Amino acid sequence: MSKMIPVPSNSIIPERDSDKKPILETLHLGIDFGGLTAVDDFTLTVGRTEIAGLIGPNGAGKTTVFNLLTNVYQPTRGTIMLDGVSTAKKTVAQVSRMGIARTFQNIRLFSNMSVIDNVKVGLHNSIDQSLFSAITHCFGYRKSEKKSREEALELLDFFSMADWADFQAGSLPYGAQRRLEIVRALATHPGIILLDEPAAGMNPSETAELMENIRKIRDTFHIAVMLIEHDMNLVMNICEGICVLDHGKIIAKGTPDEIKSNPKVIEAYLGKKKEA
Amino acid sequence: MTFISNLISGISLGSVYAIIALGYTMVYGIAKMLNFAHGDVIMVGAYISFCASTYLHLPPIVSIVIAMIVCTILGIVIEGLAYRPLRRASSLAVLITAIGVSYFLQNAALLIWGSTPMTFSSVVGFDSIPLFDGGLIVTSESIVTVIACIIIMICLTLFTQKTRIGKGMRAVSEDKDAAELMGINVNVTISITFAIGSALAAIAGVLLCSAYPILTPTTGSMPGIKAFTAAVFGGIGSIPGAMLGGILLGIIEIFSKSYISTELSDAIVFAVLILVLLIKPTGLLGKKMTEKV
Repeated sequence: MSKMIPVPSNSIIPERDSDKKPILETLHLGIDFGGLTAVDDFTLTVGRTEIAGLIGPNGAGKTTVFNLLTNVYQPTRGTIMLDGVSTAKKTVAQVSRMGIARTFQNIRLFSNMSVIDNVKVGLHNSIDQSLFSAITHCFGYRKSEKKSREEALELLDFFSMADWADFQAGSLPYGAQRRLEIVRALATHPGIILLDEPAAGMNPSETAELMENIRKIRDTFHIAVMLIEHDMNLVMNICEGICVLDHGKIIAKGTPDEIKSNPKVIEAYLGKKKEA
Repeated sequence: MTFISNLISGISLGSVYAIIALGYTMVYGIAKMLNFAHGDVIMVGAYISFCASTYLHLPPIVSIVIAMIVCTILGIVIEGLAYRPLRRASSLAVLITAIGVSYFLQNAALLIWGSTPMTFSSVVGFDSIPLFDGGLIVTSESIVTVIACIIIMICLTLFTQKTRIGKGMRAVSEDKDAAELMGINVNVTISITFAIGSALAAIAGVLLCSAYPILTPTTGSMPGIKAFTAAVFGGIGSIPGAMLGGILLGIIEIFSKSYISTELSDAIVFAVLILVLLIKPTGLLGKKMTEKV
């Protein structure tokens, strides 16, 4: 047995957020699939405007955590508090409206719809939608349509994509599709946005631009960003708090510097050093 | 002259198929299920309109509106009671349930209205128009049916392209899970789809029975199956496809009835379907499916 490294009880919340209620808190979160425990005892706190990283080897359960946070999977154990409200017994759509948005590892845009319609789908549904309001909404159509078009264009412009507004989403180049997925997620007015491998398949200059954009999202919309990423350069550069997952369990939490020098993390990634 | 007259009745019958096919194709596009009870909703619509005008002596337009309202509610109830609990079940289970609902509706109609065929009086108020000194008679029902079909098509296209619910529907049809994560209430969206499809079925039922005025509890099943064929023919899931498929199917049916054989006409219709699917498996306007590997 290697020496146990004590896991800090809560993650490092940036100084500026420490007096505010955290946007996301999970307590002993866990999920079993049949007999297999995919995630266990996942306890994490994310500050209001924190950029948090979730890293770990392949199959560690990172995407499962995102699926738990968005209620796509119902947790077997533990609680999730989003902005102080429990997400238990809520539907995926309700949790989305509570202020959490995500992108996917493999792009899942509405690829037959136009770029701007993808954003509008996000915008439209950030407000409560019942059958009645959906029907009555039809009558106030023109006014709300104009407003949502303006807002969608503004969001697209922020990521310099306004010129592509009427293109079919599926026809955009890869990097632009990834950006559009982030815009679409932002359109739901989230308090926290989850990015699942946002830099996957990007070249170094695109990755640099992405880092810039992630900071811009945090600074402009004052929201928290939590990302899964394998690109350590990106993670170490922009994340303020990092959580390392291995075999469904948190093995380390801390600042980038703490994580870099943590022997458990090195072991999870590179394997145990052979005793010579 | 017979050719033109056949063409007109073909387009008119095809328009009815098209309106029914829209219901199939919308539900398939959004809920990814085949609602085989759709044909029987047509029959219910026709009966409701029949009762409203015969027993309550309401004007035709009011009876159509009542039929639409009843069918809309019926559609939402069917979806909520029969299909919603099976949302995560295999598509085969849903298909069998749909067939069950179809038999349920037919037998419920049998209990309520009996098996005696009723004579439906046309809802169209004006007379047929003779052209070329009576050489060509365009029935008023044909005109109304084709116009109704065009209006429905335009409204539905605008609705799905422009409105918030329409966009929600397209989003759900492309990726249900991603749509849900955008805050779209998938259940509400599917309910609305069933509501629209069923309201259209009521219109189709009234138009169908105005042109072919015999009403029995099984009136809806054959047009239902043909409209389903039309939807597949045009490319299921596609709204213009349902339109094109419906009209082509109507024309093929009438032409084979008058030029080849009345008995064989249905066989010919389905033979054409098989041929189209052999050459273009996704239907005429169907989207190309790219299988992810």
